[in-house]
Amino acid sequence: MDSKLKHHEGPLLASLERRLFLSRGLSLGALSLLSGCDLTDDDNVQRVLTAMSKWNDGAQAWLFDPKRLAPEFPVSMVTDPFPFNAYYGEDEVRLVDGTDYKLDVGGMVRERKAWRLPELYALPQVSQVTRHICVEGWSAIGKWSGPRFSDFLQRVGADLSAKYVGFKCADDYYTSIDMQTALHPQTIMAFKYADQVLPPKYGFPWKLRIPTKLGFKNPKHVVAMFVTNEDPGGYWEDKGYNWFSGS
Amino acid sequence: MKTVHPLLVRVTHWVNALAILVMVMSGWKIYNASPLFDFVFPDEVTMGGWLAGALQWHFAAMWVLVLNGMIYLAYGLFSGHLWRRMLPISPRAMLHDIFNALRGRLAHDDLSVYNAAQKAAYLGAIALAIGLVLSGLAIWKPVQFYALASLMGDYEGARLLHFFCMTGLVLFVLVHVAMVALVPKTFLTMITGRLNNG
Repeated sequence: MDSKLKHHEGPLLASLERRLFLSRGLSLGALSLLSGCDLTDDDNVQRVLTAMSKWNDGAQAWLFDPKRLAPEFPVSMVTDPFPFNAYYGEDEVRLVDGTDYKLDVGGMVRERKAWRLPELYALPQVSQVTRHICVEGWSAIGKWSGPRFSDFLQRVGADLSAKYVGFKCADDYYTSIDMQTALHPQTIMAFKYADQVLPPKYGFPWKLRIPTKLGFKNPKHVVAMFVTNEDPGGYWEDKGYNWFSGS
Repeated sequence: MKTVHPLLVRVTHWVNALAILVMVMSGWKIYNASPLFDFVFPDEVTMGGWLAGALQWHFAAMWVLVLNGMIYLAYGLFSGHLWRRMLPISPRAMLHDIFNALRGRLAHDDLSVYNAAQKAAYLGAIALAIGLVLSGLAIWKPVQFYALASLMGDYEGARLLHFFCMTGLVLFVLVHVAMVALVPKTFLTMITGRLNNG
């Protein structure tokens, strides 16, 4: 071996190692960066991620305490204006006619019938000032009023041992929730926002307000609901968002 | 040859590195959906493709991060490894060694003995990771973990804390990787556990 090289062995090797480390480190980084999206699209990876999401549904159901209440706030803390949010823009808000509105109640219930607005308005109502948390990360505080959903379920003779309640909406949105959350005392059929009749942008004639779930689990413009043991999925849930999405 | 890093420390180190990479890159995509500040992270350094994909990665990798972290901490605390490596640490020695590090004058003769700057950085990284997990729990479950969330200023406070802990941990990783690049033998040592060329 060249004596000159040998003489410089230490520093040369060190610098070689350094370069190798840097290039390997960089290519590893680049690989992981490049494949970030591709990885998610790979079928096997997606199967694992979907399975983990299902596992997280179970973990959240286990963590969910049916008696624990979401924090309530003074009216002074209400976010004004309360943000509009949907899978479409605010200029496309569906206008539901209250006079011929009917709520179809079906599935595992004793009393399958369509409810008119005056009948729904006649139910005893409660109010809450709670935080709405969006899956995107932002949150806003609002005041909602309406009957407890658990009262309504009991009134229609729902099978409370069923697993799910599914919802269909006038804007073609759909979602579903677990029975435990449906029976939570703060899960209400919100007919009012800020003591006024629920405006179209917030889901006239009513939205299911669930302060223990993320915003997209709170369906607006509900026209049909059904009690079932088969997972009805949901608009965002079927696209990959976590089903339970509890808070 | 002397074992610098026990096998369990090496395995948990690399599992943690991978978990942190996934958590940070998917976390940046989640941040972009509703930025806290007046900037977003470039798509090239995010993971998941879109919000739902990023959330899937984030809430899958969190189990890896937490379980792996618990194994590492349990081992470190009960075997005494963590105490031996990280303590004692004095503020004066820390400042002294950070100053020396900035002048490129830190000794690395024995990689199993950490200087005070290293001890502070590693303890800081552990604290930041714990802060990330706790604030993450508060964001994920602000109702079920209400007591925890209120300690951090409720949901929005926990979001900020989560962001700042992330920033701190990313800064740590940048310095950490730069230091390894300056003393490359430490890289192999974290793989083989041994010091190859003394």
